[in-house]
Amino acid sequence: MTLNRRRFLKTTAGTILAAPALVNGAFASNHGPIKFVSILDQSGGLDIYGKPMVDATKMAIDEMNEAGGLLGRKIDLKVYDPQSSIQFYTQFATQATAGDRADVVHAGITSASREAIRPTFSRYKTLYFYNVLYEGGVCDINNFCTGSTPAQTVEKLVPYTMNKWGKKVYIVAADYNYGQITAQWVQKYVRDNGGDPVETEFFPLDVTNFGPTIKKIQSSGADMVMSALVGGAHISFYRQYAAAGMNKSVPVASTTFGVGNEHKLISAEEGDGMICAYSYFEEIDSPANKDFVARFQARMGADAPALNELAARSYEGAYLWAEAVKAAGTTDRMPVIEALRSGIGVDGPSGRVEIEPKTNHALQNVYLAELKDQSFNIIETYKNQPPSDTLLVCDLVADPNQSVFKFENGLKAAGIDI
Amino acid sequence: MDLLFSLALQILYGIANLALISLGLAIVFGMMRVINLAHGEFLMLGGYTVVVATNNGVNLWFAMLILAPLVVGLIGLIVERCLIQWLYGRMIDTLLATWGLSLLFIGIITSIFGASTSTVISPPLGTVTIGEYTSSGYELFLIFVVIILLALVYLTLKFTSLGLVARATMQNSDMSACLGISTSKIYMVTFSLGAAVSGLAGGLLVPITGVLPNIGVIYIAKAFITVISGGSAILAGTTSASVLLGGVNGIMSYITGPTFGEVALLFAAIILLRLMPTGITGRFFRKSQ
Repeated sequence: MTLNRRRFLKTTAGTILAAPALVNGAFASNHGPIKFVSILDQSGGLDIYGKPMVDATKMAIDEMNEAGGLLGRKIDLKVYDPQSSIQFYTQFATQATAGDRADVVHAGITSASREAIRPTFSRYKTLYFYNVLYEGGVCDINNFCTGSTPAQTVEKLVPYTMNKWGKKVYIVAADYNYGQITAQWVQKYVRDNGGDPVETEFFPLDVTNFGPTIKKIQSSGADMVMSALVGGAHISFYRQYAAAGMNKSVPVASTTFGVGNEHKLISAEEGDGMICAYSYFEEIDSPANKDFVARFQARMGADAPALNELAARSYEGAYLWAEAVKAAGTTDRMPVIEALRSGIGVDGPSGRVEIEPKTNHALQNVYLAELKDQSFNIIETYKNQPPSDTLLVCDLVADPNQSVFKFENGLKAAGIDI
Repeated sequence: MDLLFSLALQILYGIANLALISLGLAIVFGMMRVINLAHGEFLMLGGYTVVVATNNGVNLWFAMLILAPLVVGLIGLIVERCLIQWLYGRMIDTLLATWGLSLLFIGIITSIFGASTSTVISPPLGTVTIGEYTSSGYELFLIFVVIILLALVYLTLKFTSLGLVARATMQNSDMSACLGISTSKIYMVTFSLGAAVSGLAGGLLVPITGVLPNIGVIYIAKAFITVISGGSAILAGTTSASVLLGGVNGIMSYITGPTFGEVALLFAAIILLRLMPTGITGRFFRKSQ
C-alpha cells in the first residue's frame, strides 16, 4: 500500500476520532466517577413535584460522596430539566443513555413521561428507577418502581373516607394515563366497599376553570369527592371548591394532593379536613424521619420545600440503588438488577422499603393522614404493604424478559374487574 | 330551579371570564390592529404585580384594582415607545416582535420568581347561597366588574374627547393628523390603556387561578379567538363573542365535561368564522363601537 498524503490523513484522522470512543468503551464502566442521571421537571406545571425531588436526590448523592462514594468511586450526579414537556424527556433519556452512558437513571414524574422514556432505557440497557406514586402495572425487568401504587394507598383511603363521609363518591382526575387508570381503581374500590361512584370527570392539565364541575358535584348528591388532579393549574380546583363553600359540605380525599406540597400553597381554611394516603409524610414521628427532615432543612436553609412521598422516595430510591451496587460490587446493570431483586432494602425516613422481586416494585409502609393547618396528622399506619395490584398481572420471577405496562389499556383489558 | 339559577350564574361567570381576558386584546388588536402575542404575558404581569404587592403587605383590593392596571399600563407605555411605535402597519413584524416580547417577559419573570406556581391568595368575599346551592362570592364580583369595565370603555369611547380622537385616529390616521391630532400620542395612550385593562384582568384572576410565568399561554388562544370572532367593533364584538363562546363552553362543560367544553368552544368559533368571516360585528351591530 502506497502511503500518499490523502490516505495518510484519512487513516490518522480516523484513528484520532475513534480513540476516545475506544477508551470510553473499555474503561467507562469501572473507572472514574459513577454516572447517576436524574431527569425531573423543575419548571412548567409539574415543577411543584420535581423541585423537591431534585433537592432530595442531590442530598442523597452528596451524603454518599461525603461518606467516600461507592466502591471507592465518586458519584457524579447530572440533572436534566425537561420543563414539563414529553418531547424533552425522550431527548434527555437518549442523551443520558447514549451520550452520558449513565450507570443509572432516576427519571419521570407523570406516568405519561415514564411511558415515553421507559422503552428507551430498556432498549439501551440502562438501569431505570421511577420514584413516583403511580397507577401500578409496570412489568419491566429493567425498571424499578419504588413509589406507592393504588393497592397500597387508594385501597385504604377509599373505605376509610367512605365510612367517615358517605358512600356516594364523585371522582375528578387528570386526563392522561395516571388519572384515567387511577379513576378506575377508585371506582373498583368504591364498588368493592358497597359504594357508588356517581360520576367521573377528567381534566386536561391546563384547565383552570372548575366552575361547571363544582356545580355538577353539588347537583349530583355526592357525599365526597376523590381527586386525582395533577399539576400547578389543577390547584385552582381546591381553591374554587373552597370559595364555593363546598369543602365544608362535601369533603375531599385525594390520591395526589400534597405530593406537590399543594397543602402549603392553599390556605388552611381551604385545605382543612382533606384526607390522603401516601407512603411518606413529613410529619411521620420516628427518629429516622426527624433526623432526615432536620438534615434536609439545615441543608436547604430558609428555602427548604416541604417534604412529601415523591421527595422522600427519590432519596430512598437513590439509597436502594446504592445498596444494590454495594452488594453487587459493581455498577454493571445485570448484577445490580439481580442484587436489587434479592430482597434488598433500606431503612429510610418512611421506614423499611424493600424491593419485591416479582414486580420490581416496593414493599413499603403506608400512612393515612388528615390535613389540619397546612400539615398532615397521621391517623393510621399500615406496615410493609405489598404492591398487590401489580402482583395480579406481573411475575418477573417466572418470566424476567418483560418490558411492558400492563394497564396501558385500562384495568378491564388487564383482566381486573372494576 | 335553584340549580338552573346557580348554573346560569356559573355560565354568566364563564362569559365574564372570557370577556375579561379578551378586552385588553380587543383594544390593542381589534382597534389598533396590533397583533399582540404578548397579551397573555400582560395578564401574567398583572398577576405577579398583585402577588408581589400583597406579599409586601398591600391591601388585596388596592393591588388588584389600582396597582395591577397601573403597573402593566406603564409597562405597556414603555413597550409602545420602544417597540410597537416603529411597527404600525407591519403586521408580520409586529407578530414576531411581540412574540419575542412574550418570551422575554416569561424569561424575566422565571428568573426572578422561579418557574413555580404562586397561589397563596384565597378568593375573598366568601360564598353566596342560592337555595341548596352555593357559589363563590368572588365570581359574582367578577361578573359585576366586567359589566362596569365594559360600560367604562363604552363611555370613554363614546362620550369623551379622548375616545372621539382615538376612534378618528384608528379610522384614518392621516386625516386625523391633518386635523392637528398627534396620532403618535393617541396610539401610545390607546396601547397603554389596552395593557392596563389586561393588567387589571390578570390581577383579578389571581385569586381564582393563581399565577405562573407561562400562564399567558392558557389565555392567549382564547383571547384571540374571542376578539377575532367578535369582529371589528370592539365592545359589541367582544361582548357578543364572549356570550356565544362562553355560553357554549359553559353549557357543554356542564353536560359533558371540560374537554368537550373546550372542543365545543373552538368548534363554535370555526363555524362562526366560516359563516361570518369578518366576525359577528362584520354582519350585525355594524354601527356599534
